[in-house]
Amino acid sequence: MTRRSITRQYPEVQPDLPPRSRGVIALFEENCTVCMLCARECPDWCIYIDSHKETLPAPTGGRARTRNVLDRFAIDFALCMYCGICIEACPFDALFWSPEFEYAEYDIAELTHERERLREWMWTVPPPPAHDPGAEPPKELKAR
Amino acid sequence: MSTERIVGVGAGTKDLATEDMTLNIGPQHPSTHGVLRLRITLDGERITAAEPIIGYMHRGAEKLFEVRDYRQIIVLANRHDWLSAFASELGVVLAVERMLGMEVPVRAVWARTLLAELNRVLNHLMFLGSYPLEVGAITPIFYSFREREQVQRVMEEISGGRLHYMFNRVGGLKEELPAGWLGRVTDAVAAVRHGVGDIDRLIRGNEIFRARTRGVGVLTREQIEQYGVSGPIARASGVDFDLRRDEPYLAYGELQDVLRVVTRTEGDCLARFECLLDQVHASLDLADACVARLKELPPGPINVRLPKVLKVPEGHTYAWTENPLGINGYYLVSHGEKTPWRLKLRSASFNNIQVLREMLPGHLVADMIAILGSMFFVVGDIDK
Amino acid sequence: MSETHVLAEGATLNSFGHDPWWIIGLKALVVFVFLLLTVLITVWAERRIIGRMQLRPGPNRAGPFGILQALFDGIKGALKEDIVPRGVDKVVFFLAPILAAAPAMVSFSVIPWGGVVSIGGHKTPLQLADLPVAVLLPLAMASIGVYGFVLAGWSSMSPYALLGGLRSSAQVISYEIAMGLSFVAVFLFSGTLSTSEIVAAQAHGTAFKVAGMTLHTPSWYAVLLLPSFIIYIFTMMGESGRIPFDLPEGEGELVAGYHTEYSSLKFMMFYLAEYVNMTTLSALCTTLFLGGYRAPWPITWFWSGANSGWWPVLWFLIKIWMFTFFFIWLRAALPRVRYDQLMKLGWKVLIPVSLGWILFVSVVRALRNEHHDVGPIMIVAAIIVVLLLIASFLWERVSASEAQPEEAEAAAEQDPMAGGFPVPPLDAPHYHGVGNGRAPNSAEATRA
Repeated sequence: MTRRSITRQYPEVQPDLPPRSRGVIALFEENCTVCMLCARECPDWCIYIDSHKETLPAPTGGRARTRNVLDRFAIDFALCMYCGICIEACPFDALFWSPEFEYAEYDIAELTHERERLREWMWTVPPPPAHDPGAEPPKELKAR
Repeated sequence: MSTERIVGVGAGTKDLATEDMTLNIGPQHPSTHGVLRLRITLDGERITAAEPIIGYMHRGAEKLFEVRDYRQIIVLANRHDWLSAFASELGVVLAVERMLGMEVPVRAVWARTLLAELNRVLNHLMFLGSYPLEVGAITPIFYSFREREQVQRVMEEISGGRLHYMFNRVGGLKEELPAGWLGRVTDAVAAVRHGVGDIDRLIRGNEIFRARTRGVGVLTREQIEQYGVSGPIARASGVDFDLRRDEPYLAYGELQDVLRVVTRTEGDCLARFECLLDQVHASLDLADACVARLKELPPGPINVRLPKVLKVPEGHTYAWTENPLGINGYYLVSHGEKTPWRLKLRSASFNNIQVLREMLPGHLVADMIAILGSMFFVVGDIDK
Repeated sequence: MSETHVLAEGATLNSFGHDPWWIIGLKALVVFVFLLLTVLITVWAERRIIGRMQLRPGPNRAGPFGILQALFDGIKGALKEDIVPRGVDKVVFFLAPILAAAPAMVSFSVIPWGGVVSIGGHKTPLQLADLPVAVLLPLAMASIGVYGFVLAGWSSMSPYALLGGLRSSAQVISYEIAMGLSFVAVFLFSGTLSTSEIVAAQAHGTAFKVAGMTLHTPSWYAVLLLPSFIIYIFTMMGESGRIPFDLPEGEGELVAGYHTEYSSLKFMMFYLAEYVNMTTLSALCTTLFLGGYRAPWPITWFWSGANSGWWPVLWFLIKIWMFTFFFIWLRAALPRVRYDQLMKLGWKVLIPVSLGWILFVSVVRALRNEHHDVGPIMIVAAIIVVLLLIASFLWERVSASEAQPEEAEAAAEQDPMAGGFPVPPLDAPHYHGVGNGRAPNSAEATRA
């Protein structure tokens, strides 16, 4: 009874979460190529993607190119199991974990968050932690 | 809390005959922590027959496994027993790796051993807190949760999750250890070792607690062998069987001098509780040994690069591990597809709970609480 | 400290019955408000104190230090939907909470919370009522209060509530016997059943001579009649129905016991009854064993005015809160006993011990009345008690060590690792349709 309580007074004091903490999935939509890998790999199909093809005007001396343009990217966090497979599956580093967790809603339908909100969460993504000295250097560095 | 029927409570209907009362404990009842239902027949307050009715939380895990690739199976596998998520993931990846004949990097093996032991500590601390709560002591659970928080912080730091770690991958672990993490594990282990003493002093020596649990719900060796009871519950009855020692997987083969299998001979509720308590200490020692080893190991990878589509060759294997609550086995049958043809899950609680039918009759309703609490089950693990 | 001054301030039976109606009404109102406020503060204090013991802050949002939490919870509880399940006996279902709460309040009327003071020119004792048999009133009221619990359990038409009601009646009845017996020694020493006079009797210890020195016996019956006090503490825990004796509502077993089916205001009545009971039992203990509203010894030693005027109310409150804290402390520290263990403690330990103790007290009292020397008897009795304690301690040791070897033998029967693999016994009786023995009778098992 003489010891201090260890409760953290949450709304006044924010928890200090580690960078890997799986709070919410942020979308860096500039990197997204609409390859749909994340939506296909998701174990419970909670990612919704719509897109259309767009033809770029031909650059001088070249052919006209088509590319996919993202119309809708939404994650239904009511369904999401927070496994992180989409983030692993993304070949273009468009999805990231953020420790942000304050997005509770009163209605389950409002837990489906669209690309604007997902893009905003990108600002909360922390840099990844440094690795243990026993680790191999990350492949990005090795490739250099 | 539903009542099936109350037949002639008390006397006075016919010839002063007293009849038995049928009582449904659960599926919603404070002592079943989850949706386990027990139909018990009472003579006064003494139980004459008991039947566990399971399946209220059946999620068809085995069927879902069949339509998921191996990475997705890990998501599901850590969810049937939410208190031993890491250990359950481990069984799946061990089975797949064995089928593939894959060599797992040394650092991954030791890190997995470390995480599995930390997971065991987390699981046991939960029950060390909840069991006294069920027999009426409300304080120990807060002490155990304080210790759990210490371990959970390091688990969250490495895996990002607090309950469903999702950190195993076929061929190793998902990510590298963060810098300085091993030091924080050592601190957490030391803090927990110190803090478990509080629970020990508060409960183990308490006269009321001993009176409630000693000699109550005695499981015999014979019953354990007939019903396939495993884990700390079996070891509390003197069944000295622990896969970590008897069929070593991961790095347990090299940890034999640190590994201490905790057993008791009494087989009652108190023995089960003490087994759990001592096993926490044993696991903390193992965790320390793993940390020491991980610090010495030469730099190396923590996982294996996998092909884009992972297909397991045709065949079958059975991988079993010593989960915190008992033996957790996966029987994997593959037809060479990227999903298993069949993945049978043998979960610890499912087998452990069946013996209740034999244990409960003859005891009082109050003993039923003590027995249920000491059977250390997770309803998700029963119903799968 | 002058004798006459103190005696003039203390109330006796004669001080009652002279008050004008408005003072009686005022005192009744004060008692009622005091109890309600105490309940609110106790609930808050309990949650804060247990919180501190459990490494958490406890309620800290409503008002400063969360002190309004209990009030808001009370309001919220009363405003909730009042659910009356189908099939309940409506009249009894409605009557039960009232029957539980009202007697708890009535008991407090005989508790003295101060000496004689002057209100509006009238000299009046700070006590609502006193009778020549005042101490019996709380006992009687506790018995009536049980009707509330039993009827609640019976009328709810739920097996959990029924079991809770039955348990509560058996528990309160058996603990009340021991509680009544623990009072007898107090009556023998004070020579009265009136609460105010029991307090007065504890003002001074009686003098006696040992080896030429004049010593005073301690004035508080808690010290003088220590076994009675200890028995009362046990029965107090049993009567209040709180941990470790909260079997009627043991939530792990009976969900919430007799008030499983209650909600809203009716549930709050039971809640109120529990906390009022706690206060009343504490106050009764203070009165009978801790010298009531009188200031404790070191204070009277240097401050002669400590027992005059309104000061006694303060001492009384301090003493009550000591007990309340004790209740709370136990709740944080102890698990719940089992029902048969509770009954065993009540009938096989508390009642025989208090009977033996009463026998001893009355012998000593009778001898002293006839001016015999009680010294040798005391010594002999002390030796017998010590011997009994040692014998029981040894008995436990012996019976515990006897039980050990058999179990060890049973464990060493079979090698589970025959041939290096874990092998279950394939020829177990189970496979031949022979059932195993049932689980041992738990009562026998605990005796071992």
